Amino acid sequence: MDWDWLTSNRALITDLLTQHVYLALVPVALGLALALPIGFLTARFARLYPPMLAASAVLYSIPSIALFIVFPGILGTQILDPINIVVALTIYAGALLVRSVADGLRSVSDQVRQSATAVGYERWRRVLKIELPIALPFIFAGLRFVTVANISMVSVGALIGIGGLGQLFTDGFQRSFFTPIIVGMVLSVLLALCADIAIVTTQRFLTPWTRAGRTT
Amino acid sequence: MNILAELFGFFADPLRWSGAGGIPTRVLEHLWYTALALTIATAIALPIGLLIGHTGRGAFFAINIGNAARSFPSLGVLVLLVLLAGLGITPVLVALVVLGVPPIIASTYAGVRGVDPATIDAARGMGMTERGIVFKVELPIALPLILSGLRSAALQIVATATIAAYVALGGLGRYVIDGLAVRDFAEMLAGAVLVALLAIAIDVVFAIFGRLVVSDGLAGRGPRNSRPATESTTDQEYV
Repeated sequence: MDWDWLTSNRALITDLLTQHVYLALVPVALGLALALPIGFLTARFARLYPPMLAASAVLYSIPSIALFIVFPGILGTQILDPINIVVALTIYAGALLVRSVADGLRSVSDQVRQSATAVGYERWRRVLKIELPIALPFIFAGLRFVTVANISMVSVGALIGIGGLGQLFTDGFQRSFFTPIIVGMVLSVLLALCADIAIVTTQRFLTPWTRAGRTT
Repeated sequence: MNILAELFGFFADPLRWSGAGGIPTRVLEHLWYTALALTIATAIALPIGLLIGHTGRGAFFAINIGNAARSFPSLGVLVLLVLLAGLGITPVLVALVVLGVPPIIASTYAGVRGVDPATIDAARGMGMTERGIVFKVELPIALPLILSGLRSAALQIVATATIAAYVALGGLGRYVIDGLAVRDFAEMLAGAVLVALLAIAIDVVFAIFGRLVVSDGLAGRGPRNSRPATESTTDQEYV
């Protein structure tokens, strides 16, 4: 470890970390925004569910590097434009989260839905106040997975020149210099850990009832 | 779309289909890294998953190690190992195995844990050994989930095997890396398309394999008893 490198490159490391956070987390937020309405529709109309599952599986099986490269051709953006990464990862996040949202909403039992209607919840209030909260554990499980996956996937973008902390890997590799690689790894794992803790904490806060009477 | 014409040109060029840098060679190299890494990952993860699933011990530990491993950036693992151990296939395999192990452990564990305890009690009551229970009861019942774990491990490995080219190995990543070096966008795109096609092919193979090896009764395809009408409307997807 070369600690001098660390101090003299603090600005660079901060920049790359910021870029990494941006590239990894903006897609999660956008993906969730896409997944909520689509997941809601596929949960409501049972006929849409199987095609949605298939589409989500196909989208998720396309390698990230492929999407990073295909988008400039489709969107007309530059190959080195970070937007490509954001769009590609948004598609991943969306594809996965649609499933979580739909599965979560589908897990709401009919009795619960009917009871809610019976005590006077009209449709949209029932969806927001009853069904969505019950689906939250599913959605959060998806969010955790997608967030950690995105944080490690962003690094691959360094192969085509934009990869947040991944650039520390390519930089260290080209110069046979360990320090940037180790710094990149540590920050990337820490980032994933912090993001995961933040999501779990939010989930605990939003779904206090899941802890009642359970040991885990 | 100009780029589509260029992409088509890439695939239409007969020189691309032969020799050391040809598409068939690159596809085989890519498949070779994938198969090797998946086999090693399975050899490590499957026994661990079965063991912690059967005994229920060490689950917290294994799952958390798995989650931590999942947050390791493969590119970082790869370049670090190459700098430590030199160029070669080992660093690539280690990076890919690190990627493949967590989903296999997690799904095997979940599959075995999900076996109805009454079924296991019945097996034990009939005098099956613990070994027999693991291999003849838990493994077959957990198979759909195990396969879904293997499938997602395979997909992640095949996608990530692209990075092998970054450390001077072959595979489809060569097109991406070489194309980038000379700003040949069509070549990069061709590499990406080939990786995506390979991923889809692997997905299909797993789906077919799953149909062949998963017990009919488990997959809801049992010919002997027709299922009650209420159940037939639920989806029989087990992925």
